[in-house]
Amino acid sequence: MAKEISRRSFLKGGLAAACTLAATSMPEWASAANNKQQLVTLLDIRKCIGCEACVEACSEANTDKYPNPKKPFPKMYPDRVPVMDWSDKRDVTDRLTPYNWVYIQSATVEVDGEETEITIPRRCMHCINPPCVKLCPWGAARQLSNGTSRIDSDICMGGSKCKAVCPWHIPERQTGVGLYLDILPSLAGNGVMYKCDRCYNQIADGELPACIEVCPEDVQTIGPRDEIIKQAHALAKEINGYIYGEKENGGTNTIYVSPVPFEKLNKAIEKGKGKPHFKPVKDTMADANNLAAAMVFAPVAGVAAAVGKFYKMTKTDE
Amino acid sequence: MNQIHKDTRSNKRSIVRYTYLMIVLFLALTGFGQMPIFKRYYIADIPGLGWVARFYVTHYMHYLFAILLIVLTSHVIAEYLFINRKRIKITISGYIRGALVIGLVITGVLLVIRNLASSGFPPGFIVFLDLAHLGLVMVLLMAGLYCIILKKKWAKERFKMSKGV
Repeated sequence: MAKEISRRSFLKGGLAAACTLAATSMPEWASAANNKQQLVTLLDIRKCIGCEACVEACSEANTDKYPNPKKPFPKMYPDRVPVMDWSDKRDVTDRLTPYNWVYIQSATVEVDGEETEITIPRRCMHCINPPCVKLCPWGAARQLSNGTSRIDSDICMGGSKCKAVCPWHIPERQTGVGLYLDILPSLAGNGVMYKCDRCYNQIADGELPACIEVCPEDVQTIGPRDEIIKQAHALAKEINGYIYGEKENGGTNTIYVSPVPFEKLNKAIEKGKGKPHFKPVKDTMADANNLAAAMVFAPVAGVAAAVGKFYKMTKTDE
Repeated sequence: MNQIHKDTRSNKRSIVRYTYLMIVLFLALTGFGQMPIFKRYYIADIPGLGWVARFYVTHYMHYLFAILLIVLTSHVIAEYLFINRKRIKITISGYIRGALVIGLVITGVLLVIRNLASSGFPPGFIVFLDLAHLGLVMVLLMAGLYCIILKKKWAKERFKMSKGV
C-alpha cells in the first residue's frame, strides 16, 4: 500500500532536502565557519611570486569600504594631534595604509646555499584573542565567530589605540571621516582605523576572501583551525621549514610557513610604519587575563575577613 | 570603655574611607587611561605620570585595583550584614553610591570575561558594557563630589548613645 504523503510531511521533507543541498553545496571551509569554528589561512611563502594580484584584488573588493574624508579637516586641539591623510595617496602599495590592507614584503635571503628573493603577503594576523578588539574602548573593533577581527567604521573614533596595542601595529588611520565629526571633532577622536577584515562579507556569502580567490599560485589556503594547523605542520616537516603565527600573541588565525627561519626573514625585510615585523610575540593579553582568575577569589576574601571578625566578636562576648 | 569602642570604630571607618578613595582614584585614572586621551592632553607628560599613556600598564593596574575594590566592597557588605546592621543605617546617598559601585563591579566583571579568549558576547552588548561602565563611573564621581561638598555620609548611627551608657 502506497504511503500517503500529507502536505505537512511534504513540506518538512522538502525543507530538509533543501537544507542538506545547501549544506553540501557550501564549500567545506565556509561550512566550518558556519559551525562557529575559527577559520585560519595558511600561507606557503615559497609559492608567492610577488605579482601583487592579491593587493589589486583586495583593493577592488574593498573599494566601497575605503574612507572618503571631508576636507578641510576640522582643526584639532591640541596641536600635537597628528592628521593622518592617505586620501591623496590611495595608490601606495608598498606598505599598509587605510587604502591598502595587504602588501607584498620582500626579503633577500639564502635558501639552500642560493641567494633568493622571498616575497610575502602581509596583512592583519587575525589573532585568536585580538588585543585590538579586546582593548578598544568603544567596542568598535569586533571579532566574528569565525575568528575574523574587523573594525566597524561607523563607530570607530580613530583614537588609534588598536594600532598601539597590536603587536604588529597593523591598523592605519584616516582623518576626516567617521563618527567623531558628529561629536567633538576638535577635541576627541581623529578619524577611523582601517585594516584587513578578511572580506568578511564575502565569507558570509560562502565566497573566498579576494586575496585567496585571485592568487595564481595558490599561496593561501583557508579552512578550520585544526585542519590548517595540521597542514602547516605537515608542510613545515616536508620542506624542513618554519612556522610563524601559530603561537605568536597566544595564537593567530594566519599561519606562515617558510623555508628559512623567521628570525632571518625578520632581519632581511624592511620594517617600520605600515611594515610589520616577523619577531616572536608573547601573548599580550595573558598578564591581565591571568590576574582575572584572582578576581574570582576577591569577594571570598572580603567576606571571609568579615566572617572572621564576626566570629572573633562572638567569642569575645562569650 | 564605650569611648574606646567609638574611637576604634571611627579609626576603622577612616581607614576604610581612605582605602576606598585611593582605590577609586586609581581605578578612575587607569580606567580613563583606557581611552587614548592622556597622551593627547599632555597628562602623560607630567613627570611621574608617563605610565598612564601605556595601555597594557593601565589595563593591568585597572585589574589590580578592581580586585582590591571587590575585596573591600564584599568585606563592607558582609560586615554590615553580620555585624553593623542593627547599629547603623545606610543613607539614601549611601544606597545610590552603593548601587553605582555594584553596577561598576558587574559591568567590569563582564568586561573582564569579554577579554578572555573564549568569550563570545555579541558586539552590541559589548558597546553597551563599555558605555555603561564609563557612564556609571562618571555618575559615581559626580555623586561622590556632591556628597563630599555637602558632607553626606554613606551611613549613620541608628540611635545616639546616651552619656554614661
